[in-house]
Amino acid sequence: MLLIACPNCGPRAQAEFTFERPLASIVTPTETLPDLIHKLFTRENPRGPSWELWRHTYGCAGWLKVHRDTHSHQISAALPVDMETPS
Amino acid sequence: MQRYSALSLLRGGLNGQKSWQRAWRDPAPKSHYDVIIIGGGGHGLATAYYLSKVHGIRNVAVLERSWIGGGNTGRNTTIVRSNYRQPALHNLFEFSLKLWEGMSDDLNYNVMFSQRGAMFLGHSDSDMIRLAERGDAMRAAGIDAEFMTMDQLRKKLPLLDLSDKARYPIVGALNQPRGGTARHDAVAWGYARAADALGVDVIQNCEVLGIDRVGGRVTGVQTTRGPIGADRVGICVAGNSGQVAAMADLRLPIESHLLQAFVSEPVKPMVDMVIMSQSIHAYVSQSDKGEIVMGGDPDLYPTYSQRGRPDRIEGVAGQCIALFPALSRLRMLRSWAGTTDMSFDGSPIIGTTPVEGLYLNGGWCYGGFKATPASGWTYAHTLAKGEPHALNAPFSLDRFETGATIDETGAGPMPHHR
Repeated sequence: MLLIACPNCGPRAQAEFTFERPLASIVTPTETLPDLIHKLFTRENPRGPSWELWRHTYGCAGWLKVHRDTHSHQISAALPVDMETPS
Repeated sequence: MQRYSALSLLRGGLNGQKSWQRAWRDPAPKSHYDVIIIGGGGHGLATAYYLSKVHGIRNVAVLERSWIGGGNTGRNTTIVRSNYRQPALHNLFEFSLKLWEGMSDDLNYNVMFSQRGAMFLGHSDSDMIRLAERGDAMRAAGIDAEFMTMDQLRKKLPLLDLSDKARYPIVGALNQPRGGTARHDAVAWGYARAADALGVDVIQNCEVLGIDRVGGRVTGVQTTRGPIGADRVGICVAGNSGQVAAMADLRLPIESHLLQAFVSEPVKPMVDMVIMSQSIHAYVSQSDKGEIVMGGDPDLYPTYSQRGRPDRIEGVAGQCIALFPALSRLRMLRSWAGTTDMSFDGSPIIGTTPVEGLYLNGGWCYGGFKATPASGWTYAHTLAKGEPHALNAPFSLDRFETGATIDETGAGPMPHHR
């Protein structure tokens, strides 16, 4: 099980969190149709590092941005949702 | 091919089991094939078999990066059923079920297909309405489906908790008597042996590293055993479809998740059917060895790790024990995980791709095992003719762009909500 450091609550077990979607798949109301299809369906689905949106559902209920390797499960960052991700 | 029979078994008994030949050859890759299938799981091997048997295309190779049947073919809970509501799905899976019924004879290999009945439990009035709709849709298509009353359930499954104090109260069920289980390894071995006998090269320990194209057309593959030319290449690697398709610059409507399964220590017969609950999403059956086979929700986040999260073990065990309280006395023997291709409508993708000569079979979510023969049959047709069979035409790669998704659960583009 992952150990995720919630920016509000500190390190907590994955059981308290829910995965939402990759950050790149967040859809805005002004999306063009090709972008929309890309974000909803033909996602990158990387085997390696990925920025993701998670929620501390059974804790503070806050959203967070997590940088996680989808193969090794190493988490290199867990940021508040309003913080810019490093490019 | 040395045919297996009661007589060959007897002969083996009399000569110290020395007369057995190896079940399939271990060929070195040729320089060129008419068709290369990437992935030696049940689906890929079935595809090769039907390509040879039905379409007469015998210059075929199946490339497997490790050993055949070592991926999701050997990791599922072996359930076979065709109890889907939507026509595109139940047509495909019913065609599959009919092939299952003749598979052991056809392959001359005992896949231990056991039609013990596969049942969906209903826990509420709304569950029963949904099950009735499903059953009606199935029967209208000529598929067997029958309601089970509480009295029938009590008689059939005395260990199921049918009391009003149950954690998950049960009010009825929808049974498919022709559903059941099969031995998953035997399915891979049986198809490999039968395909090999028809001239197919089953090449293990041969990982595909690249897909060669000239002028937008596939010309072959690069592998750990050198380059191999091909007129047509079929991807059949559910769990890693996105990784292999990326070799041809394709992005697929698939997210890779993980599904766990569990078996208990073996016990005497106690559950003689496949019991599933859609509402709590747990399923229980008993293997022929006596182990109780259990499964539940996937791990609900993208991962290629093939390592399950322990809270899921606890969750599935809790659900199964609530259904069958006697299971609480058993010890868990093993748990394992497989990477699943979660498509964005919960249905598979079998068909052509934008790359000429390249075909795709994947996106099986966590329900591909039961489709093995139909998947192979329709994919072989698609590879042989260059266009889909009527049964797999709805499962095209472009259905997400066109909006023609086949969404049995109505969950939308949320693979982790299924």
